Amino acid sequence: MNVQLRLFSVARDLAGFSERMVDLGRNPRAGEVLEYLAEHNPEFAGWRSSIRIAVNEEYVSQDHALNEGDEVAVIPPVSGG
Amino acid sequence: MVLLTSNPIDVQTVLKSVATPGSGGIDIFIGTTRDHSGGRAVTSLEYEAYEPMALREMERIERQARKKWPLEKVAIVHRLGSVPIGEASVVIAVSSAHRKQAFEACRFVIDALKKEVPIWKREHFADGTEEWSGQRNLTLNDKSIIGN
Repeated sequence: MNVQLRLFSVARDLAGFSERMVDLGRNPRAGEVLEYLAEHNPEFAGWRSSIRIAVNEEYVSQDHALNEGDEVAVIPPVSGG
Repeated sequence: MVLLTSNPIDVQTVLKSVATPGSGGIDIFIGTTRDHSGGRAVTSLEYEAYEPMALREMERIERQARKKWPLEKVAIVHRLGSVPIGEASVVIAVSSAHRKQAFEACRFVIDALKKEVPIWKREHFADGTEEWSGQRNLTLNDKSIIGN
């Protein structure tokens, strides 16, 4: 299943890209984008506890079921203000 | 009103946007860019956002505040891009019939913004290095959790 992956701030720097269509296989859960990213950079493997995932611009739990064409964003700890 | 802007924030304009005849007071919070962070000298800062989601989250926070307190108007404005030291990076303004609600709601909005809205700050240090604020915490948190 293809989803549009979007990365911001430190996640983008670490992965080396900001946006990419990725194939996550069958019945993927939101948290699996971290496993995909860990294949590019092992540092992502340790992020599961502090990173948040947004699907179509809304925060979801890491076991949220993804749909074809979803925009899946990796949200490192925010630091606005 | 929620807004993301790469221009300097005009506080007077934000204040005007929440002024209503039914208001007994306006509470305003102005977050400004600081010249130090974690004991290190900061020379400049920049902000980036996941813009459409940030706007949605800001609207959601406004709705939450309106459920908790009877408010007249709410303005949430965040600056993006490069922000010189000492300028406003965020301005929250809340008007209400009574000051207690305005004070409480304003604090709620800035606290929620700092926790929920996908905006990131990058600090440029005097020693020539730069880093995303919170990046260090990310690593430390995960190490401590793994360690437990």
